[in-house]
Amino acid sequence: MFIVQPHYHAISRTTQDYERMAAAGVVAVAEPAFWAGFDRLYPETFIDYFRQISEFEPTRAAQYGIRHFCWVAVNPKEAENPALSRAVLAKMPEFFEKPTVLGVGETGLHKSTRNEIEIFEAQVDLAVRHDQLLLVHTPHLADKLYGTKRILEVLKNFRLNPDKVWIDHVEEHTIRMVKEAGYWLGFTLYPITKCSPRRAVDMLERYGWERTLINSSADWGPSDPATLHDCIFDFRRRGHTLQEAIEVFHNNPVRYLGQNPKFDLPLIQVETREAGLLASP
Amino acid sequence: MLNPRQVMDTYYLDVRSMLLEIAATLDRHDAAAEGEAAAVARDDPRRQKIEQALRFLAAGGSRDDRTEQLLLHFSEEPVAT
Repeated sequence: MFIVQPHYHAISRTTQDYERMAAAGVVAVAEPAFWAGFDRLYPETFIDYFRQISEFEPTRAAQYGIRHFCWVAVNPKEAENPALSRAVLAKMPEFFEKPTVLGVGETGLHKSTRNEIEIFEAQVDLAVRHDQLLLVHTPHLADKLYGTKRILEVLKNFRLNPDKVWIDHVEEHTIRMVKEAGYWLGFTLYPITKCSPRRAVDMLERYGWERTLINSSADWGPSDPATLHDCIFDFRRRGHTLQEAIEVFHNNPVRYLGQNPKFDLPLIQVETREAGLLASP
Repeated sequence: MLNPRQVMDTYYLDVRSMLLEIAATLDRHDAAAEGEAAAVARDDPRRQKIEQALRFLAAGGSRDDRTEQLLLHFSEEPVAT
């Protein structure tokens, strides 16, 4: 199995994650910029963080044969400080030139406050002006429904190519509105919150897997990169073929992320040397 | 996709386990509430949300949107400040 982990916060994980992911078939990860577990005070702290995920993390992942890519952004929680956020945004275009930076993300909303919306709009504008991919975080738990609706309203005000926009952390009550808007969408698998591996497979079966990305995420809180493999296991257990699993868990991330030519992994097609083997899932 | 029997064969024991966890949590909540605390515990909006959700699931019938309906049930609009 070849797997792309499209949303992975390596900065908050130990190297053991890379070892286990490599052993389980992960060939590439993409790391969005996110909250550090505390609110940062200085633009320079963000800049060093962007350097860490764009310069250092690729070397750590490479020790296990995993390609590491990243995104840069001010996350919604810290967007409550507009002056700080705008100082960081001013430096982001320098990072768009780095060889592993894929776009602007994760931006979006957390509590859907006025400040968050102002900085979200500024980052969407930045992505459009620099022709970058855009990764949008939707809020957690009780705030998700309202926040997702607000995000879609904000995006409507921009001349965006929906192919380049990924709305992440959708669940059963937000999936249809994101699909109807034409964006890529993501399921994020957690032990307790967001989506479970089985519910993700339910949604794949119900809504199809076009324009859909699945990630375990992995951050400071209770989270587990292996939930992605639990999802693949359940997908296969329900009778879906190996090629179908590769379409969902490898080729779809390649299709979306590969719109940035820096993400240069190939699409994979399973072939067998003996006739008949493909009939068995 | 699995057929109906395969769904039960595959997930029945997991569902049983999850239902027992719910039962045990409600027992734990009740056991922790004594005297005046019992009324406060009963009025906890989270307990009420859980019991409303359980009543919804217990209603039976054939439908395929229970997960979506529960997520809507647990959703909130932001409070204006």
